[in-house]
Amino acid sequence: MIDLVISVLRAAIRAGSPLLVGTLGEIYTERSGVLNLGVEGVMLMGAVTAFAVTQTTGSIAVGILAAIIVGGLMGLLHGFMSVTLKVNQYVAGLSLVMVGSGISSLIGLGYIGIRGKKLRPVFLGFDILVYLFIALAMVLWFILYRTRIGIEIRSVGENPAAADAMGINVNKTRYLCTVLGGALIGLAGAYLSTAYLSSWTDNMTSGRGWIILALTIFASWNPRGAVLGAWIFGGVEALQYRLQPLGISPSFLGMLPFIATIIILVVSGRFSKGSRGVPEALGKPYRRGER
Amino acid sequence: MRIKVEPRADPTWKLTLAVTVFSALIALPIIAVIFWGFQVNPIEAYSVIFEGAFGDWYGFSETLTKAIPLMLCAIGLSVAFQTGFYNIGAEGQLLMGAIFSTYVALQWGELPSIIIIPLMLVAGFIGGGLWGLIPTYLRVRFETNEVITTLMMNYIASKTLEFLVYGPWKGADEWGFPYTSKFNVNTWIPTWGFTRIHTPTLVFAVLSGIALFFVLTRTKIGFETRIVGKNPEAARYLGISYQRIFMIVMLISGGLAGIAGFGEVAGIQHRLRPGISPGYGFTAIIVAWLGRLHPISTMLVAVLFGGLLVGGEMLQIRLGLPAATIQLFNGVFLLTILSGEYLLRNKIIIEREARQ
Repeated sequence: MIDLVISVLRAAIRAGSPLLVGTLGEIYTERSGVLNLGVEGVMLMGAVTAFAVTQTTGSIAVGILAAIIVGGLMGLLHGFMSVTLKVNQYVAGLSLVMVGSGISSLIGLGYIGIRGKKLRPVFLGFDILVYLFIALAMVLWFILYRTRIGIEIRSVGENPAAADAMGINVNKTRYLCTVLGGALIGLAGAYLSTAYLSSWTDNMTSGRGWIILALTIFASWNPRGAVLGAWIFGGVEALQYRLQPLGISPSFLGMLPFIATIIILVVSGRFSKGSRGVPEALGKPYRRGER
Repeated sequence: MRIKVEPRADPTWKLTLAVTVFSALIALPIIAVIFWGFQVNPIEAYSVIFEGAFGDWYGFSETLTKAIPLMLCAIGLSVAFQTGFYNIGAEGQLLMGAIFSTYVALQWGELPSIIIIPLMLVAGFIGGGLWGLIPTYLRVRFETNEVITTLMMNYIASKTLEFLVYGPWKGADEWGFPYTSKFNVNTWIPTWGFTRIHTPTLVFAVLSGIALFFVLTRTKIGFETRIVGKNPEAARYLGISYQRIFMIVMLISGGLAGIAGFGEVAGIQHRLRPGISPGYGFTAIIVAWLGRLHPISTMLVAVLFGGLLVGGEMLQIRLGLPAATIQLFNGVFLLTILSGEYLLRNKIIIEREARQ
């Protein structure tokens, strides 16, 4: 029994790691007031880039770095659409999902069925990134709540007009956060294809991008809260594989993460009404002199 | 020389049309460059798409066949988006409609066509409508984000379909394939000549589009629907309950998507199986947006995108490109159309500085 619990916990943390780093990225994006619904697409691009570059260069580190850059570039594109052009951020995010799924599938065409390199465990059976992501959550929490930059980011997301009056560059802050967010989401994708698994399949994120969006709400836009949420969802995923031998239909088990996401959304809406921390200006473009 | 950007008041419809068409066309060279980057000859790719979709009567009939579900989903979405309810769940609503219709077909398939086909249509509407109402209820009751919930409902619907065709509904004579048994011939929607165009569904789709247009522009509820989307504050002052509007609109939007699912199982497949939709519900989002959320123009755009889906299949067959290539088209179209909106909302003035 103890063995089973430990093995589920271990699997939960591993499966939760890409969710964690992706959620951290989306938290920073949304804290600055930009809503990036394109997580699924950015993650797919990260996954395919990391896998393809690792295959060609032979180095996982280079692969992951490339995924971070590609993620950042997609964040930049979203920043351009939402901050500069000020278009509908919902639709802009959706278009990123489609572009990401299309291009990743084209890039990945030659890599299907290939077994790639995989990040080795360093301590307690976890790879280095698992620890790095937890540390990152703490660092990002510290920056957001204990430093001047954090105050600036939050004020831009809460009340851009006031932030502007205080001399904070609203657009620059939003661009930076959206690019950082995209980079972290790209990293989440890279984790999937080079650490969690070691292969590429079409649409391999299979909904994780949307779960990350829900986790961002569940975490109340707080990097510390993201850790718990990500591991819970990692647990749901891990549980799927543990329950399969019991004869429960795999299609039914496959629904679990999505049902859990809806439940989590309802619960986080219900128990923290009013103070649940949604950035006041989320999804609203800022124009000077307009309220 | 200086470039100035000034906000523009309501653009004229001519300008709107010009900018929309122009920004959609801009997508083509962008996609061409991406194709070229993947060592796909863009001219060849485009001619494969165009010839496949519009080159001959067979291709065009397939285009119209695929336009049917796109129309049904997209006109519903156009209304939902107008109220500010981001229904990304048309795909799941379509699948649920297909599931409900299938239930009716498997239960009472021997009834005469004149009874069973309308029954299946109603079942499809109910299935899709209910599937749309669940996230809507969660939105009005708990303020959950409908983008995420409608998307989750897509996954749940597709897993439900899988569960049914691998399990309880698996046909006895299907050699282990995850299909239901073939429906009784009475349930088949008649098609036009030798094509696969199931005409009654097409007529129904067009009539619903026209009807929705009149409801939106000529009735009180249509007015309320538009106000809720355009100016929620004003709607509140006028005492319009956005909860009620959301529920009504989503019943219709989900229901129409459900009817699209009915069309696919009763008009094309004559059975339920995974993969009945190549993402109609997602493509319909672009169709609605490119149609500027207007039910009538949305129907025309649906035909274009039906062609794109047919062309996409030809790309797979003739050039060996992956199925998701079509998503690339969808995404780039959406990006350029959105960018075009910037030009609609702002005037860009290039000023020459006067010499001193």
